[in-house]
Amino acid sequence: MSEKQPAVTQATLVKKAAPKSDYKPADVSPQRRVQRTFAVRLWSIRHSRLLEWFYGRFADVFLLLHPLWKGIGYGRVEAPVKFVEKRVKGFMFDCRMCGQCVLSSTGMSCPMNCPKQLRNGPCGGVRANGNCEVEPDMPCVWVKAWEGSRNMVHGDKILDVQKPVDQSLRETSAWLRVTAQAAAARETSKNQQNTGASA
Amino acid sequence: MIAPQRDENPAGIHLPLDPLPGHTSRGRLERVLRRGEFAVTTELNPPDSADPEDVYNRAKIFDGWVDAINAVDASGANCHMSSVGICALLTRMGYAPIMQIACRDKNRIAIQGDVLGGAAMGVANMLCLTGDGVQAGDQPGAKPVFDLDSMSLLETIRIMRDNGKFLSGRKLTTPPQVFLGAAVNPFAPPYDFRPIHLGKKIAAGAQFVQTQYCFDVPMFKTFMQRARDLGHTEKVFILCGVGPLASAKTAKWIRSNVPGIHIPDAVIKRLEGAQDQKKEGKQLCIDIINEVKEIPGVAGVHVMAYRQEEYVAEIVDESGVLKGRQPWKREIRRDDQIVAERLDHILHDEITETQVDMVKTAH
Repeated sequence: MSEKQPAVTQATLVKKAAPKSDYKPADVSPQRRVQRTFAVRLWSIRHSRLLEWFYGRFADVFLLLHPLWKGIGYGRVEAPVKFVEKRVKGFMFDCRMCGQCVLSSTGMSCPMNCPKQLRNGPCGGVRANGNCEVEPDMPCVWVKAWEGSRNMVHGDKILDVQKPVDQSLRETSAWLRVTAQAAAARETSKNQQNTGASA
Repeated sequence: MIAPQRDENPAGIHLPLDPLPGHTSRGRLERVLRRGEFAVTTELNPPDSADPEDVYNRAKIFDGWVDAINAVDASGANCHMSSVGICALLTRMGYAPIMQIACRDKNRIAIQGDVLGGAAMGVANMLCLTGDGVQAGDQPGAKPVFDLDSMSLLETIRIMRDNGKFLSGRKLTTPPQVFLGAAVNPFAPPYDFRPIHLGKKIAAGAQFVQTQYCFDVPMFKTFMQRARDLGHTEKVFILCGVGPLASAKTAKWIRSNVPGIHIPDAVIKRLEGAQDQKKEGKQLCIDIINEVKEIPGVAGVHVMAYRQEEYVAEIVDESGVLKGRQPWKREIRRDDQIVAERLDHILHDEITETQVDMVKTAH
């Protein structure tokens, strides 16, 4: 064996295999992003107005189905709904399943795609071309969020200060949580009205 | 006996300052800013050593020239002495440090603990930062934490201070009294969002902000105009970040390697054209200070002279921003002198004090 073999390190193997791998962990890992294109995500941000309208209808339908969810049990529908939600939002927004969706406050640009997971605005390191400090090839999530929010009717929700992420809600369905909370709010307001009318 | 300085407890230099109405901290920086004086802050280059003398020596050159010293928290994701450690040493010597807290390395449990610890040591100012990504530093393999972001960190400390509670709602027996700061970068996109972003930081609790290095004054003016229009300058003290560039080569390196710093071509051309580039860099810094101090709403400057700390005093002096005001400076007081007189001999004299000797001298 006199021929010189090019050195193949483990890192090279990982790097070669990475783009083909289907497994994209939802939680943070420094090497998580092997993805090279952001086309679908950017499309969603460009059509943030349409998606805002659509989500409004969709949330209403989900709320309408509240008796059904309650009948089956929120705990039992969690798994199938999460299955769908993860794939749909994963395709549309590169969702990371933080379980507390703020897409409608961030111009339909998922803030969990920011390498620093900033939920309140850009960091100071945004490059002059509007790309990310950590990943030079990726457009800054927050530059896009600001653009997306300008198309939206309730785009000024981007001004709300977001609470820190509750890590215990990871990998749970945000759709069901929002629905359950909205239903609970509706019920309490109804009860208050009833007690107000009877008094 | 020396007359007490302006921001000093009249009962003794070692005592904490009295709280003033409307102030959230007992710090001197807040007093200076609320009096409407032009504040000067700077940054201490954290040592890569375990020797407290390194910190004291680096702080000494700022004596009597600055109102507060930033204790940086592994800036650029490079490992150095921690900001808590530097603050412990600086408060011990009577300096007014600004403790920087970056969200990169600590989760909310560690951060809230450090806030209490810092406040207990006498740190009156805290600056909430997101922090650079780990890829920028000397240990890119580190796990980036980013549990909070700068905004939620501001809110967390504000809740601790004003509501006397941890983020979890558990009560604090003594809340930390701190003056809360944040950083803003008007020189990075999305430019039109930046003034609004500042508004968000104010809503989250920022009382003063320090900006990124300003080399493009027109750009900063536009930002300040928007900030004034939005009414931010009445709610927050804006300290403009400035600093000397060592040479045109450094400027070019910074421009292409340090994220978030914007250096216009004109600046580099000016440095290249100069005989002594280092001197020109200093002059440029002074010129920028003179320009920004005239902008309405600018409450002070933050002089970041990384590895040129000896220039800070000259820059502050030559730009004349203090207008003859002398920032607080630790001086030897009468009680210090008494201690020195009474106990000085134990440093030189060799005293053997055994019980037998003591009995003999007593007779």
